[in-house]
Amino acid sequence: MYRYDHYDQAMVDARVAEFRDQTRRRIEGHMNDDQFKPLRLKNGLYLQLHAYMLRVAIPYGTLDSRQMRKLAHIARTYDRGYGHFTTRQNIQYNWIKLEEAPDILAELATVEMHAIQTSGESIRNISADQYAGAAADEIMDPRPWAEMLRQMTTFHPEFSYLPRKFKIAVIAAAEDRAALRWHDFALRIVRNPAGEQGFEVFAGGGMGRTPFIAYRIREFLPAAQIFSYLQAVLRVWNLHARRDNIHKQRMKILVHDLGEAEFTRQVEEQFAQFLMLKTDFPQAEYDRIAAYFTPPPFESGLADEVDRADPDFALWVDRQTVAHKAPGYAIVNISLKPIGGIPGDISAEQMELVADLAERYSFDELRASHAQNLVLPHVRKQDLYAVWQALDAAGLGGVNLDLVTDIIACPGLDYCSLANARSIPLAQKIAERFADLDRQLEVGEVKIKISGCINACGHHHAGHIGILGVDRKGTENYQLLLGGSGAEDTSQAKIAGPGFDENGVVDAVERAIERYRAIRSDGERFIDTFRRVGFEPFKEAIYG
Amino acid sequence: MVEPQFRFRDDPVPEEPAVSLDSFLDQSNASAVRLEAGDDVRLLLPVLDRVRLVEIDFPKFRDGRGFSSARILREAGYSGEIKATGDVLVDLVFFMRRCGFDSFAPDVALNPDDVEAALNRYPYVYQHAADAAVPIWALRHNHESHG
Repeated sequence: MYRYDHYDQAMVDARVAEFRDQTRRRIEGHMNDDQFKPLRLKNGLYLQLHAYMLRVAIPYGTLDSRQMRKLAHIARTYDRGYGHFTTRQNIQYNWIKLEEAPDILAELATVEMHAIQTSGESIRNISADQYAGAAADEIMDPRPWAEMLRQMTTFHPEFSYLPRKFKIAVIAAAEDRAALRWHDFALRIVRNPAGEQGFEVFAGGGMGRTPFIAYRIREFLPAAQIFSYLQAVLRVWNLHARRDNIHKQRMKILVHDLGEAEFTRQVEEQFAQFLMLKTDFPQAEYDRIAAYFTPPPFESGLADEVDRADPDFALWVDRQTVAHKAPGYAIVNISLKPIGGIPGDISAEQMELVADLAERYSFDELRASHAQNLVLPHVRKQDLYAVWQALDAAGLGGVNLDLVTDIIACPGLDYCSLANARSIPLAQKIAERFADLDRQLEVGEVKIKISGCINACGHHHAGHIGILGVDRKGTENYQLLLGGSGAEDTSQAKIAGPGFDENGVVDAVERAIERYRAIRSDGERFIDTFRRVGFEPFKEAIYG
Repeated sequence: MVEPQFRFRDDPVPEEPAVSLDSFLDQSNASAVRLEAGDDVRLLLPVLDRVRLVEIDFPKFRDGRGFSSARILREAGYSGEIKATGDVLVDLVFFMRRCGFDSFAPDVALNPDDVEAALNRYPYVYQHAADAAVPIWALRHNHESHG
């Protein structure tokens, strides 16, 4: 994986010093919170209901054991002994003291980590396929481009006070595991018929209160021109976005207002201008970065068989591991969704265990997924049993990848000052309702995504079953949505009908799933059946 | 004209008051123009040869349109003064310099020591902009800057 050189380190160290100074000025009263807010947000520090929350960037979801141990140390020293992995492959701490935040950033900098641009109206941390570099179906590792984009977008002088946040994702496989088209700007690495590397480019996606699926703005962009193209997109948006209503300033709204054709035309015009400025990063820099992502030294001649004598282990292998590009290896998914737990939460001790396993069994690599789980990307099949035993002993042996209980949920009203309703207790109730593993396996893939408000951090628009918490006359109310997807078959979920209270929506989810079981054809997932039959059979089951 | 608190130029301070973009485009003898946030800076490009001062206003520090406006002027070859006015906070000054601003007239005067610290905080930059700073990638590979 990528390592900082003295330039990268100097930039992150300077950032820590800057934030320490800004925090001092705030604490000493030289700045009011209105002035301090955008500065702390650009360093990942939110003021939530009960305390400050710090969001730490995990660039393209990749980290090593040293970094994970540091995250555990921070959880233990500055928080309450745990952290929360988010839907953008980052980690959040919920109980941070303002005066300690600069110290935490300084600790992060010692392991080449930071919280730069993890919130605020800035270009956010780049997300990527969590199986990058390991997936059997990718054409190349997308992370060198993700790292180069990180450098292109860090402290960009023209685009540091944008109309709103700006989210970028990169993948290099046909299967979309990164919710690509729900991003403001999304890249799929492709090759053209001449074999040249480039990007299929999507723009204008986003969730929030006004969801839009990104449209394809470019079928093929030569890879070397990506910085010019990205700056062109950003400049058109920066100049023309509304600035009078924070809810209408995301790029998706401008794309919608101008229309795709006109937005594309303006971007192409700006793109021609940027190409002339020759600001693109050269091939030599790509090569330098890519060298850090050369595949680890996979052993050859390994057995491809797994001893399935232990039935619990066999269940876990079948559900939690995925095909690896190297024979004899597997990708291991670690569930952070225990029944009754908080989706994405992990204790300091568990972080340390996962770090140990990564170091011993996965070439020292770990990944975070947008579905709030962790990944050991490169495990020898012969080591799977040992890995499973260690995970299971630590409460991390859950079997539920992409099943009903693998729920995405935002922190909701338990933590977040924006939320209208709680997400965590609802996720727990649904998981408890479906705790029986045989039943989950029988139901198969269903992606439930819960947001505690219309800002949609829990990706409810992209849920096969989405749940949106709203405030209805002072009480928490939940709307049920059906038919969304964040995968390559991207679609937007639609509201099924009137909302429910907390117990009511759990019942409604169960009725929808039981209706699916009753009417599905062979091999159909929940979403497939929904697309085939439409809303009516489900509405009838839910409300009938 | 709004007096600059900081000016990074050696030429004489333009004396002529800046007029609105509409007025400027109507008056063929004006040489100083004031852009409000939302004004389209590109309307100035055909008449750049008579511009000596462009004031770009920041009604709120969060409103970053002026960063693009300044950089567009520099990209078009404009070498006259670009002055940031309005809600200009110390934490914006470094990025403003990189986008081509060379004078500053904040609504609330800035502490000169803070400005000095902010301008020198970062030892490197990651990307080209409207200044002469050489990006890290070029330092890594010993490339000449394109200027």
